[in-house]
Amino acid sequence: MGERPADERVRDFSEVDTGLSAEEAVAEAQRCLQCKKPSCVKGCPVEIDIPAFIARIAEGDFAGAAQVIKENNLLPAICGRVCPQEVQCEGQCILGLKEVPVRIGELERFVADHERKTGSRLPPKAEPTGKKVAVVGSGPAGLTAAAELARLGHSVVLFESLHEPGGVLMYGIPAFRLPKEVVRAEIDQLRGMGVTILTNHLVGTSVPVSELLSYDAVFLGCGAGLPHFMGIPGENLNGVYSANEFLTRVNLMHADRFPEFDTPVRHAGRVVVVGGGNVAMDAARVARRLGARTTLVYRRRKEDLPARRAEIARAEEEGVTFVFCASPVRILGEQCVTGVECERMEMCATDASGRPEPVPVEGSRFVIDADMCIQAIGQGPNPLLVRMLPGIGTGRRGNVIVDEEGRTDLGKVFAAGDIATGAATVILAMGGAKRAARAIDRMLRNS
Amino acid sequence: MTLHFSRQGEDEIVGYRVKEASPMAERIYQIWIEAPHVARNARAGQFLVIRIDEKGERIPLTISAVKGDLVRVIFMAVGKTTYQLATLVAGDEIRDVAGPLGKPSEIGHFGHCVIVGGGAGIACCPIIARAAKAAGNRVTGIIGARSAGFLILEEEMGETCDELFVATDDGTKGHHGFAADVLKQVIGKERPDRVWIIGPAIMMKVTSEVTRAAGIPTLVSLNPIMVDGTGMCGSCRVVVGGETRFACVDGPEFDAHKVDFDTLMARQKTYLEEEKLALERFSSHHCGCGGRDHHG
Repeated sequence: MGERPADERVRDFSEVDTGLSAEEAVAEAQRCLQCKKPSCVKGCPVEIDIPAFIARIAEGDFAGAAQVIKENNLLPAICGRVCPQEVQCEGQCILGLKEVPVRIGELERFVADHERKTGSRLPPKAEPTGKKVAVVGSGPAGLTAAAELARLGHSVVLFESLHEPGGVLMYGIPAFRLPKEVVRAEIDQLRGMGVTILTNHLVGTSVPVSELLSYDAVFLGCGAGLPHFMGIPGENLNGVYSANEFLTRVNLMHADRFPEFDTPVRHAGRVVVVGGGNVAMDAARVARRLGARTTLVYRRRKEDLPARRAEIARAEEEGVTFVFCASPVRILGEQCVTGVECERMEMCATDASGRPEPVPVEGSRFVIDADMCIQAIGQGPNPLLVRMLPGIGTGRRGNVIVDEEGRTDLGKVFAAGDIATGAATVILAMGGAKRAARAIDRMLRNS
Repeated sequence: MTLHFSRQGEDEIVGYRVKEASPMAERIYQIWIEAPHVARNARAGQFLVIRIDEKGERIPLTISAVKGDLVRVIFMAVGKTTYQLATLVAGDEIRDVAGPLGKPSEIGHFGHCVIVGGGAGIACCPIIARAAKAAGNRVTGIIGARSAGFLILEEEMGETCDELFVATDDGTKGHHGFAADVLKQVIGKERPDRVWIIGPAIMMKVTSEVTRAAGIPTLVSLNPIMVDGTGMCGSCRVVVGGETRFACVDGPEFDAHKVDFDTLMARQKTYLEEEKLALERFSSHHCGCGGRDHHG
């Protein structure tokens, strides 16, 4: 397997990690102890039978391994790449106590990539139930729910407001972490299972709520919505982007290939990215690939960064400069950004999340010269449709309130993913969507 | 709803057909697109987003009229995408049409409504005028353009409005001067209860000063740069009453007297260089013939 060298990969959008060869995969699979009570499975939000698929790989039965995974997860090429395995399956692997855990994520990815290249087999589908389910949003939650519901024999229409399905997998996560042909291939499998995908359809307006509620069940996977801005002076200067906008322009609209593609993105020699999550890392690494000197400003310490360790390391290797314990107070410039004024933060009492609370240090202001400032400080749940559903319970931040199985206050409406939890990970959205899909199935079969 | 089920199992929609396309005035064009999901659900004041082809950008256009499953947009050719759009003829396809987007105009029984349109901004006036009329209002229309050759929808506005005034900057038709002058006269005669002003940002800024002094509730439809148009990216943020709002989901219509037009205009210039480059590149491939000879 391999990670391409930083100085090579920073010049393109091809995948950073080239994956395992067949020999490497078999050797890695043979390290698995095949525990009687596997704790790795407990760490998997979608409950893949991990020892079983690894055993198939060890025997060289890659197609069989794929079938095992697909019993629980129809999007393995995506999960193998973007799940935080270090805190899930691999974090639980017993081998991790003494040496390194089995690289379960790499193995999942290997199996999925192998199958994609050699020809996919769809999982078996249950007898048609005649029930119709609307799935709103085609990101990780929506795709998972649609796949599960189709497998269970329901007829599924998947609505997407953008021109291409995939949600954050297409517009948010850059191709060097998740190649778009991988996403497209996994979405094609949904089509193969009979799911109808309607792009350019914004539920609530293109599809009126009355029509939505005429389905036998509804799954809301409409994800995170409005990006947060810091609320500091200078935020409306040209050159200030939300991470969502910057990433969408490049990942979905291919602004890196302007003018061949029509969508532009500003040319910036120096970029400041604000934030410390995976989205901030993605934005910084995209900015590097567009040729900018890139500085990431985070208000806490390095050890507090919420991003995945591996992505932080890769950002560092690719030449992103990190400024810790600092926070922007003002964006400088007349019409366009010329700099970001920051102040130092002191780490004080630990807050509820177990992280220190950053407190500004008097008289510590400094300026980072920049032509672009990208704010990657999170986003609120998508408010559009939720506002139109009378009687649906929402939390303080506008998220839809659900029970453990994704049930909302409206009988046949279920929800999972960022719309229910607030911004979280792909795999958590998928886990929630899967539980919701099974609850929808039970409801439809009992009615 | 049968629409969606009838597509069950079929492949997703690829392309929306142009049913009719024609020039309306100098560099201003109209196209009627078959887009049932938009046409059937559109209300006055909303917009749609189109992407012409696989390499296209997403641009917002206000919905100008609907007829069955057809939706009309009117645009002025100013950049690469709008020039390319102007080359489309009946039978061509637009890769993506998403909508309706944004909040509809708030229409009530106000009494006397005045709808002021400038340039290509006149495009969305008839649909608002019709809605205001249907709600029992007396409707006055004022449409203005640089010159008679740039004026659109005079007949349609004339049919809908109780009275219609025309203004041209150069005096080639109607009042010689700005729509704002006519608005002043209208206010002097019969004080409006609600005013809409839709046009280029500078025109909206200047014209809404007329109603500010008189304290008349006034709405403007803002046209910042957008990407997704559904509240995801934040590109279209505008400052209204000192707060950041997103035109795509909080608008496009806002209280004219609270809008920071200078920020809007500055942000509209974000990609001037890129827009110039894209247009030059497009023109060099299309030799100024409108592209039709080389098209498809």
